[in-house]
Formats: sequence, C-alpha cells, structure tokens
Amino acid sequence: MSSDNSGPAKIRVNNFFFSIESNEILKDINVEIPKNQITVIIGPSGCGKSTLLKSINRMNDLIENISFEGEILIDDKNILSRDTDVTELRKNVGMIAQSPNPLPMSIYDNVVYGPKIHGTRDKVALNRIVEDALKKVGLWEEVKDRLKDPATKLSLGQQQRLCLARTLAIEPEIILCDETTSALDPISAKHIETELISLKEDYTILFVTHILRQAKRIADYVIFIYLGEIIEHGPAREVFNNPKDERTKAYLEGVFG
Amino acid sequence: MIKRRNLEEKIFKSVMILSLTIVICSLLAVFATVIIKGAPSLSLEMITEVPKGGYYLGGGGGILNAIVGSLYLSIGAIVIAFILSLPMALYLNQYSERSRVPGIIRMILEVSTGIPSLIYGVFVFLIMIEVGARASLFWGIITIAVFITPILTRGMDEIMQTVPLKLKEASLALGTTRFETLIHVITRQALPGILTAVILAFGRGIGDAASVLFTAGYTDSIPTSLSDPVATLPLAIFFQLSTPIPEVQQRAYASAIILLVIVLLLSAVSRILSRRFMEYVVR
Repeated sequence: MSSDNSGPAKIRVNNFFFSIESNEILKDINVEIPKNQITVIIGPSGCGKSTLLKSINRMNDLIENISFEGEILIDDKNILSRDTDVTELRKNVGMIAQSPNPLPMSIYDNVVYGPKIHGTRDKVALNRIVEDALKKVGLWEEVKDRLKDPATKLSLGQQQRLCLARTLAIEPEIILCDETTSALDPISAKHIETELISLKEDYTILFVTHILRQAKRIADYVIFIYLGEIIEHGPAREVFNNPKDERTKAYLEGVFG
Repeated sequence: MIKRRNLEEKIFKSVMILSLTIVICSLLAVFATVIIKGAPSLSLEMITEVPKGGYYLGGGGGILNAIVGSLYLSIGAIVIAFILSLPMALYLNQYSERSRVPGIIRMILEVSTGIPSLIYGVFVFLIMIEVGARASLFWGIITIAVFITPILTRGMDEIMQTVPLKLKEASLALGTTRFETLIHVITRQALPGILTAVILAFGRGIGDAASVLFTAGYTDSIPTSLSDPVATLPLAIFFQLSTPIPEVQQRAYASAIILLVIVLLLSAVSRILSRRFMEYVVR
C-alpha cells in the first residue's frame, strides 16, 4: 500500500506561518505533498493539523482576525496570494468535513449542487455525474431508487459517502479530509478508507487524523505535527518504522496523544 | 434528596399547566364571546356583498368591501415587507460578521416593534400631506409595510441564526460564492421558519386598525385602483361596534369571526407548506 519513493509534489508549503488573534497556530511549515498519494497528517488534538489542512482550500478565511505569511503552492501557483479566486481554488481542492454535512436538499441535488453552480446545466450530463460520483463511493446501488429522498434520511455513514461523492462531482484534483471518519461507526469508516485508497490514482489526498492505526492503514506519506510545528515528515514506512525524532517516537508509542 | 427533586419536578409541572390553562382559557373565552355574539348574524350576504345604503343603521348588505380591502392591504404590504426584509436578514446573518453594525440594527428593529402602529400611520400621513396625497390603498399598503417590516426582518433574522455553520461551510467548500450559498442553502434551510415569520407579520398587518386609520381612508365599495380609498376589517368592526343599534353590533362580532377564519386558513396553509419544506431541512 505504501511506497517509499514519494514522486512529484502537488502541493509545496514554504515558510508558512499562521496565527489567529496573534496566537501562533502554525510555525514555519515547510513540506512537499506528493501527487496521487494519500498524505496523512497526524498529531495530538490542537496541534494545528486541521488549520494546515484548511489553509490549502482557504476555508480559514472564514475565521476572524487571522494572519499568515509564507507560500502554499499548488502546481507552482501560490494560492495565498491576494488575487486567488477562492471559488476556483475550492473547486480544485475539495474537502470532506469531520462530521457529515449534507445540504438541505435531496440526495440527487446534493451531488449536482456543485456542478450546477459551476455551469453544468444539461440534464443528461447531470444524471451521468450523479451516477458516476455515487458509483465511485459505492453508494449508487443503495440509493439509485430514491435519489429524490432528503439526504438526511441516509445513515451517517451513507451521508459521509454522499459528501465525498458531492466533492468528486466538482472534479477536484486534491481532496482534503478533516478527520472524516471520526463521527462514523467502524464499518462505515472502513468503507470510506477503502474508497479513498481506490481514488488516489486520480486524486491527491490529504487526510487529517489522530487515530494512529488508521494512519498506518491508509498513509503513503506522513506528516507529524506537534505544537504547530512539523516534527517529521516522510514516506509512511520510514516515519512509522524508523522515526528519527524523539517526539515522533513518543507519539507513535502512545506516550501522549 | 430524591424527594426534594421529585417535588421540584411536580411543582414545575403544575406551574406549566397553570400558565397554559390561564392563557388558553382566556383565548377560548375571547373566541367563544366572538362566536356566540356573532354567529347569529353571520350570513352569506355578509361575505358576498358590500354595504347597502343604511347598512350601519341595520340595512342590508355585507362587508365584502372590508374583507377585500384588508386582503389587498396586507398582501400588498407583506410583499413589500418581504422584498425589504429578506436582504436585510441575510445581511445581518451573513455579511456583517466583522462589525458591530448588526447588533445596532437588531436593537433598532426591536425598539421599532414597540412603537404603536398608530404612530407609523401618522408618520405616513405627514408624508402624504407633504406630497398632497389622499388616503388610498397605495398609502395604506405603505403604512402597513413600514410597520411590519421590522417584525418580519427580526423574525427571519432569528431563524437564520439557527442555520448550522457547517452547512455554510459545506457549500463554500464546493467553490460557491457567499451569495450562492445564501440563496441555495441558507434560505432553503430556513424556509419553514421564514414562512412562519411571514404568516406572523401578515397576521399583525391584517389585524391592525390604527395604522391605516389616516392613510387608507374608508369606503363602502371595493377599490378598483391603488389610488382608491379602502376599507379594512378591523375598522369595519370598530364602526359597527360604535353604532347604538344591537343588530349592527352583532354584525361587528360576525366580522370578527370572518377575520379569525382568514387568519386560521392562512396559518393552516402555512403549516402544510412548512411541513413539506421541513422534509429537506437538516436537523
């Protein structure tokens, strides 16, 4: 599952600092995130891993009184620059939240919501998008006869897969997952993990988690963040088997978490 | 310890039941009075005809003029109020997060709901004098719109504040603009509540007599244009009650029944619609 050669970088973070109300959340982040792999960001709660994730699609812009410096380059384009069109960016960088957040509409409308806003109007094309996206997340067979039902009628696990399908429908290149399985039962969580692994051929995936076993199951590349700093990063096998930093070792052994 | 808490529970329960009983019984008493006094003179003629000569002295005819007038006024007013309130409520909730402005606006809106509706009527009347206008349907609609807009805005605002942040995030994360998110997600999620706010504001508008006293005029005929004067049910009730003739006074109660039925029908329709919209709402 994991590979030791980390391939070309899709995202480059250079000297990135991030603060909220002058509290420094992230300090001098430098990392390259390999293309078409699952990069897992691990670290104890409050270490800044979600903040790093949400910087990549600029969702942090919703928070008041933030300040940042440095660069985040996606395909060599700095997405932190002022002239970045955040809607364009977010279409390219999809995100799955911590707990399922279906929109107040039908299953069908949840999937076509993004494509419609981004300009797809043709009914046949939309139908195909829905079928493709739901098939990719393994939900099609379960819901194909009730696409008009409210999305909230689905189980939590199904809802989260719907959210994944909704993101795939806007054809992003990068998918951000913010502890995406933490609100789900183990079987649904496993389901999502399997789907992400099958998706990595076409997408660059970043997955934030504090569950080490999960990280070990899905990671190709690992970033360990502690107190706002990257302590160690590298191919999954190296970081998990031969951690170089004492703090990484301690975290992996469960000394703190 | 257990006993004390059980006692607390019992006392609290009886307090709730007591308040419910007081309020519901008073309301039922009002309804009963209106129905008992009004029912005998309720007739098809009342709701299908305008007053004939000498109606207020016990002559024939009905109050169709006031029924239609009230509906025209409140429907016109609610449309205007809605068009003004929705953007205001959306602004208060979604665009102003980094300032103190919304707090101040909310306070102004709340204070303005405490001003007697008569004052709004006088305010519009002063404008009418300024521009040399006569009392008419148009000015009546403006008056009611002015006084129900704060109620409607505050109602919608309150409902939109209950829309979970994660819905907004879900939509924005798909690359939508704030405006698209507002229209397609926030408004949709809040729709059942918005409908309730509209019905409440409409009820306030249709039941109010004082605000249109100076601005809408009064007439025995049905208005055919915006510049015609217009009768309202609350004023029709007032005029009929103030005659010394018992039969006409009875008709005032019958008119009140008609007003009650209109509001009842409206709230029934809104409940049905609201239930349909509720289906998609995220809880």
